Amino acid sequence: MKQPIFVSAMVNGLLVAVAAITLFPLLWMLSVSLMAPGEASNYPPPLLPAHPSLNNYRELFAHAGMGRYLANSFALATAATVISLTFNVMAGYAFAKLRFAGRERLFRVLLASLVIPAQVAMLPLFLMLKYLGLVNTYGGVIVPALAGIFGIFLVRQYALTIPDDLLEAARIDGAGEWRIFAVIVLPVLKPILVTLAIFTFLATWNDFMWPLIVLTDKDLYTLPVALAALSREHVQDNEMMMAGSVVTVLPVLLLFLVLQRYYIQGLLLGSVKG
Amino acid sequence: MRPKKPISVCRSSHWRFLSIALTLIYALLTACKSEQPQQQVIKFWTIGAEGDAVIKLLPEFERQHPGVHVDVQQIPLTAALEKLLTGVAGNATPDISQLGNTWLPELVMLQALEPLDARIAASNQVKRDDYFSGIWDTNVIDAQIYGVPWYVDTRLLFYRRDLLAQAGINTPPQNWQEWRSSLIAIKALVGPQRYSILLPLNEFEPLLALAIQQDEPLLRDGDRYGNFRSAGFKRALSFYVEMFQNTWAPTMTNTQIANVWNEFGRGFYSYYISGPWNIGEFQRRLPPEQQKTWMTAPLPGPNGPGAGLAGGSSLVIFQNSKHKELAWQLIEFLSDPAIQLRFHTDTGDLPPRRSTWTDPGLNSDVYAHAFRDQLERLKPTPKVPEWESIAQQIRLVAERAVHGDLTIDQAAELLDQHTDEILEKRRWILDRGAKP
Amino acid sequence: MKVERAAWCFVAPALLVIGLFFFVPVIAAFGASLTDFDLYALADIRNLRFVGFANYQRLLQLPEFWDALGHTLYFVAAGVPLSIFASLTAALLLNSKLARCKPFFRTALFAPVVTTVVAMAVIWNYLFHTRYGWVNYALSSIGVHPIDWLGDPHWAMPTIILFAVWKNFGYNMIIFIAGLQSIPEDLYEAARIDGASYWQQFRFITWPSLAPTLLLVSMLTMAGYFQLFAEPYVMTQGGPLQSTVSVLYFMYDEGFKWWRVGSASAVAFLLFVLMFIVATLQLWLGRRGGNT
Repeated sequence: MKQPIFVSAMVNGLLVAVAAITLFPLLWMLSVSLMAPGEASNYPPPLLPAHPSLNNYRELFAHAGMGRYLANSFALATAATVISLTFNVMAGYAFAKLRFAGRERLFRVLLASLVIPAQVAMLPLFLMLKYLGLVNTYGGVIVPALAGIFGIFLVRQYALTIPDDLLEAARIDGAGEWRIFAVIVLPVLKPILVTLAIFTFLATWNDFMWPLIVLTDKDLYTLPVALAALSREHVQDNEMMMAGSVVTVLPVLLLFLVLQRYYIQGLLLGSVKG
Repeated sequence: MRPKKPISVCRSSHWRFLSIALTLIYALLTACKSEQPQQQVIKFWTIGAEGDAVIKLLPEFERQHPGVHVDVQQIPLTAALEKLLTGVAGNATPDISQLGNTWLPELVMLQALEPLDARIAASNQVKRDDYFSGIWDTNVIDAQIYGVPWYVDTRLLFYRRDLLAQAGINTPPQNWQEWRSSLIAIKALVGPQRYSILLPLNEFEPLLALAIQQDEPLLRDGDRYGNFRSAGFKRALSFYVEMFQNTWAPTMTNTQIANVWNEFGRGFYSYYISGPWNIGEFQRRLPPEQQKTWMTAPLPGPNGPGAGLAGGSSLVIFQNSKHKELAWQLIEFLSDPAIQLRFHTDTGDLPPRRSTWTDPGLNSDVYAHAFRDQLERLKPTPKVPEWESIAQQIRLVAERAVHGDLTIDQAAELLDQHTDEILEKRRWILDRGAKP
Repeated sequence: MKVERAAWCFVAPALLVIGLFFFVPVIAAFGASLTDFDLYALADIRNLRFVGFANYQRLLQLPEFWDALGHTLYFVAAGVPLSIFASLTAALLLNSKLARCKPFFRTALFAPVVTTVVAMAVIWNYLFHTRYGWVNYALSSIGVHPIDWLGDPHWAMPTIILFAVWKNFGYNMIIFIAGLQSIPEDLYEAARIDGASYWQQFRFITWPSLAPTLLLVSMLTMAGYFQLFAEPYVMTQGGPLQSTVSVLYFMYDEGFKWWRVGSASAVAFLLFVLMFIVATLQLWLGRRGGNT
C-alpha cells in the first residue's frame, strides 16, 4: 500500500500541472494583449509586459471596428437565443406531454436526423437565402439557429418529469393549453431554460463557418469572423490580435463562470440520459 | 380525412402569439435593411496589402467629392476569390473592387461586372494607349472591357550579381542557351549543398512563365481543349524538369525553405523567378552591405528576351452597384499618374501606365528597370473561367514530372487529359450555341 | 382533440424552421449532388445537367479527396483516443478523494471548452511560433531544436490535434465525472478489503462501470472530430502543402471557392455516410463488448 501523502501530492500535483496547461494560453493571451507592438516577438518570449497599456484595445476599437463586431455578436447571439428558446421549449414540451397523432414517429425522425452534419445543408441553404434576400444580413446568420433538434430533445427529457396529474388538474379547472404552458410548465422548466439559453448563446457566439459564408460585408461581421479576417490581414500585429482574442473570449468566459452550474447540469442531461 | 379550415386548428390566443412572434422575427430579420445612409457610401473591396495604402489616398478623393464616403474593406488574399464569388452568388457585392486579373473571366461569365467601354471612351483620364498592351488585354473579354489595370506584375529573374561574377558571368543571360550555361557554371561553383536557382514546387508561375514564352497557345480550338502536347509547352517543361534533374534547382517548396530571403542572402540559390513585391522584401530583409550583391533581369526567352506573364490587379465596377458613376470617378482618381506614383511609393506595386513610369524616381530605380523592360512584352493567360483550376493541375503534374514519376510526354498527355475534363462543360455550352 | 390542436401549434414553429432551413436544404443537397451545378449553372440555370452519380465517381478517383479524407481520418484516429484519454485522466484526478480545491480545478480544466476556436487558434499559432513561441522555448531548455510546428507538413496536423485535445477534453471530463460518481462506493470498499490495488480497482470496477458512458462519449467526440474545419482554416489555411485540408475544408473550397455545388454536395454526403458507418460500427462493437 502506497503512502496516502505521496499519492495525494501526486494527484494534486498533476491537477496543478493540467490546470497550468489549460490556463497558461488564456493568461498569456491577456498578458500579451497589454504589451507594446512587437514586444512579444523576442527571444526568450516575455511573460509579462514591460509597460502594461491598453493601447492595443484602443486601437482595435478606434480603427479596427471592434465595437461594431462586439455589438453584432451580442445582438445576434441574444436574438438567436431568445427565438430558439421560445420555439424549442414549446416543441419540447409538446413532444413530452401533449398527445397528438404521429408524435412518436415524428420525434424519432427528428432524433435520427441528428446524425446528419449541418454542413450538408449549407450550400442549398445559402442559395435559398439568396432568393429570400437574406445573404449578407443578420437574418441570414441566425436562420439556421432559430430552432434546434438538440434543444427540443433537451427540453423534452426534462419535461417528461412533469407529473401528468398536475396538467390534468389544470385542464379540469378549465385552463387552456396556452395558460397551462405559461403558468404551470414554464416555471417547472426554468432550470433547463437557463441551461439551454447558455448553450445557444455560446454556440451562436462561437459559431464560425456559417457566418463566414453568409456575411460578406465587414460591418456585419461577428467577432470570430472579424478576428479571422484581421489575423490574416495583420499577421505581424500579434499583440493587437491577442487583444482581439481577449475581446472575443472574455464575454463568454464570464458568462460561463457566472452560470457554470446550469451549463454543466445541461451538459449532463444532454449526454448521460440520452 | 377531411381538410379542416386552417383557422380552426389553433385557438385565437395561439394565433395571436404566433403572429406576434413571426412579426417580431420578420422585423428582426429585415431590421438591417431599413438603414438609410445620409451620405453616399461607395463600398470598395481591396485584397491584401493594397488596402492599407489606398486608405491613405482616399481623403483626397473625398475632399474632391463632398458628401461621398469610400468604405474600404480589406479582404485577405487567401480568402479573396471565395469572398468575391460568394458575394456574387449571394447578390452581395460592393460597388467597386480590386480584382486579380486572372479572376476576371469567372466574374464576367457570372455577369457580375459592368462593361466599361463607353466610360473609357469618354474619359480624359483612362487612356488605353498609355497602358502596357499586355496588361490591358487581360481585361478584355469577347471584345468588351471590364476592368482598368491598377497595378501590374510579371515574373522575372532576381539574381546574385557577386555569385554570377564568381562563376564568370558578367551579364545576365539573354536566352535559354546562355541561361543554361550559367546554371551549370554556378552549380560547379557552389557545390552539392547549394543550388543555381530556386523554383518553389508549390508555385505554378515559374513553369508558366517559361510556357507563356512559347509561340503555341496553352489552350486550342477556341479554348476548348488543352494544348499542352504542343512542342512549345513540352520544350518549356523539359527545360523546367532539366533544372531539377541536374540539381541546379532544389526539389523544395517555399515552406520547406525556412526563409526565402535569408537563403538568397546566404547564397543557397543564385537565381529566383519572382515578382516585383520581392524588390521591397529584399531591400528590407537583406543587410545593407548585401544590397549591392543582387539585381533583377528580364526573363531569358528561348531565343532572346521573351514574353512575360501578365499578372496584377484591375479595378472593376459591379453590375449591382447603385453608385456606378461615383465608382467610375474613383477609378479615374486612382488611375491618375500622380496618385499611382504615390501608391507605388507606398506599396512597391508597379504602375500599369507608361506616363507614370516617366517619373524620374521610378525611372532611375535600378531594380525596377528590368520590369519596365519586360512590361512591354506581357502576354495574358487563357481567359476561361476554369483557368485557376487548370493552373493548379499544371503545378501538380509538373511536380510529379520533377520527381521522375512521369516523362515529359506522359506529363503533357496527362495535363491535356485533365484540362479537357475541366473544360468539358465549357465545350458543352459552346456547342449548344449558348454564350458561356 | 383540443389538446391535439394545441400540440400542433406548439410544435409548428420549430418544425417549420427545422423543415424549411434544414430538411429542405438537405434534400436539395442530395439532389444537387446528382447534377453538375457549377458557376455556369449559377449564371444561367439552363446550364445545369443531371449527371447521376458521376460526382461521386469523380471524387472517389480524385487524389485530393482521398488526401483530405486521409487527413481527417488521421485527425480522428489520433485525436479521439487522445482526447478521451485526457478527459478520463482528468476526471479520475478530479474525482479522487485526495484532490483539493475541486471547484477551482474543474472550472480551470473546463475553461477552454467555452472559448472561441478562432481566438484560441490565434493564440496557439503564436505559442507554437518557430522563433518566438513558448513551446519551442520550453523545448530548447531540454535541448530540443526548434520545430516549425505549423509550417512543416509533418508537424502541422499533430499540432492541430494537440490544439483540439486541449480545447475539448474538458467537455467529456464532466461527463466522465458524473459517470464516476454514479459508481457505488461499496464496490470499491469491498475490493479494498480483498486487497485490490488501485490498478485492479480501475480495471475491474471503474472501467466496466464506465463502459456505456465511454461508448456514448466516443461516438459524440468522433462525430465532432469528423467535422474539422475552423482549426485548419485559421491556423494553417489548409497548408503547408495541403497537409491539413480536411474533408469539410475540401467541401468548403469546392463549394464556396470554386462553386462546384454538385461536387461539394457529394462530398458532404460522402462524409455523412462515413460518419454513419463509423458510428454504427462503434455501436456494434459496444454491444458486443457489453454482451461478453
